[in-house]
Amino acid sequence: MQIHKYDTVIVGAGGAGMRAAIEATKRSRTAVLTKLYPTRSHTGAAQGGMAAALANVEEDNWEWHTFDTIKGGDYLVDQDAAEILAKEAIDAVLDLEKMGLPFNRTPEGRIDQRRFGGHTRNHGEAAVRRACYAADRTGHMILQTLYQNCVKEGVEFFNEFYVLDQLLTEVDGVQRSAGVVAYELATGEIHVFQAKSVIYASGGTGKFFKVTSNAHTLTGDGQAAVYRRGLPLEDMEFFQFHPTGIWRMGILLTEGARGEGGILRNKDGERFMEKYAPVMKDLASRDVVSRAIYTEIREGRGCGPEGDHVYLDLTHLPPEQLDAKLPDITEFARTYLGIEPYTDPIPIQPTAHYAMGGIPTNVQGEVLRDNTTVVPGLYAAGEVACVSVHGANRLGTNSLLDINVFGRRSGIAAADYAHASEFVPLPEDPTAQVEAQIERLRTATGNERVAEIRRELQECMDANVMVFRTEQTIKTAVEKIGELRERYLNVSIQDKGKRFNTDLLEAVELGNLLDLAEVMAVSALARKESRGGHYREDYPNRDDVNFMRHTMAYREVDGATGAESIRLDYKPVVQTRYQPMERKY
Amino acid sequence: MSTPNSPTLDKHSSALDAAEAAASHLITVTLRVRRFNPEVSDQAEWVDYQLPIDPKERVLDALHKIKWEIDGTLTFRRSCAHGVCGSDAVRINGRNRLACKTLIKDINPEKPITVEPIKGLTVLKDLVVDMDPFFQAYRDVMPFLITKGNEPTRERLQSAEDRERFDDTTKCILCAACTSSCPVFWNDGQYFGPAAIVNAHRFIFDSRDEGGEQRLEILNDKDGVWRCRTTFNCTDACPRGIEVTKAIQEVKRALITRRF
Repeated sequence: MQIHKYDTVIVGAGGAGMRAAIEATKRSRTAVLTKLYPTRSHTGAAQGGMAAALANVEEDNWEWHTFDTIKGGDYLVDQDAAEILAKEAIDAVLDLEKMGLPFNRTPEGRIDQRRFGGHTRNHGEAAVRRACYAADRTGHMILQTLYQNCVKEGVEFFNEFYVLDQLLTEVDGVQRSAGVVAYELATGEIHVFQAKSVIYASGGTGKFFKVTSNAHTLTGDGQAAVYRRGLPLEDMEFFQFHPTGIWRMGILLTEGARGEGGILRNKDGERFMEKYAPVMKDLASRDVVSRAIYTEIREGRGCGPEGDHVYLDLTHLPPEQLDAKLPDITEFARTYLGIEPYTDPIPIQPTAHYAMGGIPTNVQGEVLRDNTTVVPGLYAAGEVACVSVHGANRLGTNSLLDINVFGRRSGIAAADYAHASEFVPLPEDPTAQVEAQIERLRTATGNERVAEIRRELQECMDANVMVFRTEQTIKTAVEKIGELRERYLNVSIQDKGKRFNTDLLEAVELGNLLDLAEVMAVSALARKESRGGHYREDYPNRDDVNFMRHTMAYREVDGATGAESIRLDYKPVVQTRYQPMERKY
Repeated sequence: MSTPNSPTLDKHSSALDAAEAAASHLITVTLRVRRFNPEVSDQAEWVDYQLPIDPKERVLDALHKIKWEIDGTLTFRRSCAHGVCGSDAVRINGRNRLACKTLIKDINPEKPITVEPIKGLTVLKDLVVDMDPFFQAYRDVMPFLITKGNEPTRERLQSAEDRERFDDTTKCILCAACTSSCPVFWNDGQYFGPAAIVNAHRFIFDSRDEGGEQRLEILNDKDGVWRCRTTFNCTDACPRGIEVTKAIQEVKRALITRRF
């Protein structure tokens, strides 16, 4: 075991982690731990744009952006946080440009902007051009630009270090962050990183679904690490299903395709979104569009021999426009479907895309241990966190914004905190839990296979807690997940070695997915209403009287029996100037 | 106003019909994988795996099938699985490609499909190579925007033409497919390699950048661009379609003319 000491440790090197690292490195001795190489992070797969009311191409202002974000989130958004997001968006984009990000340009040489779902002029009048973009590889450019600037600032990375545990120590009656425990993939060695402040920026949990736009590596590692230490997870029932994933594969095809004029069509060629969202049509918010697609499919108007998808039609757009604005997604259609998007419509279906919920934080990125109390020294930003700026449904282009605004804020806050604080003593035997976990998995002889349990989990989640949910389907999921958790105890792996043991890592990741899937399903079961990405067919309306509140899920362990359970609590939504209204697009 | 229905939907192309066809037949393929685990043996060996697979699936899917259903010790890197993260560059049938962007049907599944690690970087286990020298070369070319004077309050202006000038090299995902296909790199570990030069190009030809001279001096070094022998392997290997050799030639020209 090695022990390292840093002022600030950042877990994850995607957009939020690297944006935080650029700030933290200037202010405190910082290490970034990432289970991949930084440039492999899934920020790089984001395509369409980053929202900011620059008003470069038409009238816009951050107040409209705030409103759209709150409405898009079906009023579960904390309005103070949304206001910060929209206000600081402008500098966040300009900062990236100054760091070198190659945005597309207007004829005047300014950053170009395009339309995106749910972003409107004057509180819903019409679509507005707010998304700053670089073709359909905006996330790639953000990831590269942030990595380039990390190189410039001399950020210290520990690549392929997998954080498995969060260390907390009680000092003067207050539980404080003491550091993290990490597993070095190359050697199998366990490392303790003692740090005055820790920032989680480890991304989402999408791999508990089968059809997903998420990378194989998005397994909720950060959420699981803090949850197992008794800290809550907020609003985990809210998961976004992006309307346009490549049919069966789930590969993302940006909403920017519809922003450029692409149209969704059913098997009759009908532009069905006109029925569901008369004003915004194909650019309604993602939850609305995903439900519309599945309604078409359920009512027999889906495409293909099995009627299980619809089309994203770009054939009316000039090939030059597709080449200039959507080069990557048109190539995905060619590579993976063998079709030509100039002339063929693209078969699509909704794909599990983004966790609105996560580790609860305040607007400085400080992690909450209950509805109001922060855990000193512990921070989170990006998809792993829940500020909550996305509420029940995130608007497209607001996640690339979130990682920049709250990555920056948490980087500054964590470094400032480190400056003003002393190291917290490590708990006794800090690696005990991780060593036991690793040793158990490495030596287990049970007859269950990781891949089989994961496949069953993913199929269960797709079938039961996707776009449409009912009490019955969610109960089915809870039961199945419980069964899989039991079977997980009998899982064994084939690779018993220390060197690059990805067999072992996949087993660890599955454990995280199972825990988080259960939190999601249990949270969803209790929310007897429909709001944003959480749609209950048995409770099809939003219920502001009973459910205008955030879910807070805690892991409880029975002291006597060791049995685990989930306790749900609720946290009020911060409302400032926007009263909830019926949501129409 | 309602948008008229698209006429193209009435006449499906055969490609679309094929794409939408119900679960296609599985074929049996042989994957011949270069295995190496120094914890077990200091010798690398070829191991054949036979597996049923839909020819529309990716080589990465085949590797996963082996790992998940046949042999959990098979080790490789991967993340996004659709060609944007750059984790899974490997040598497939002797050519550098991304495993997640190569479909079984496109590489003659009749014969055994060979999969081995990319060349020129130390193999650590199976398909996993040591990427540190690759990223060190990248860092050495100062891959970040260098500017002088005060920052503007708003964005720097850049014309669409100036932006287009370096568009091709912004696409790089640092997968190392180009560098590890380069015979000069194989024979001389000191050469920066194509990927580092591509990333230098991305800044040298960015109208906002003022570090061009510094970067060109670095590339003028004995291990710099002049080592390139224009074999075009890198251009063939690039999964992002970057004209790598052309970019290297442009850097060479800039070194001679000092115009960029």
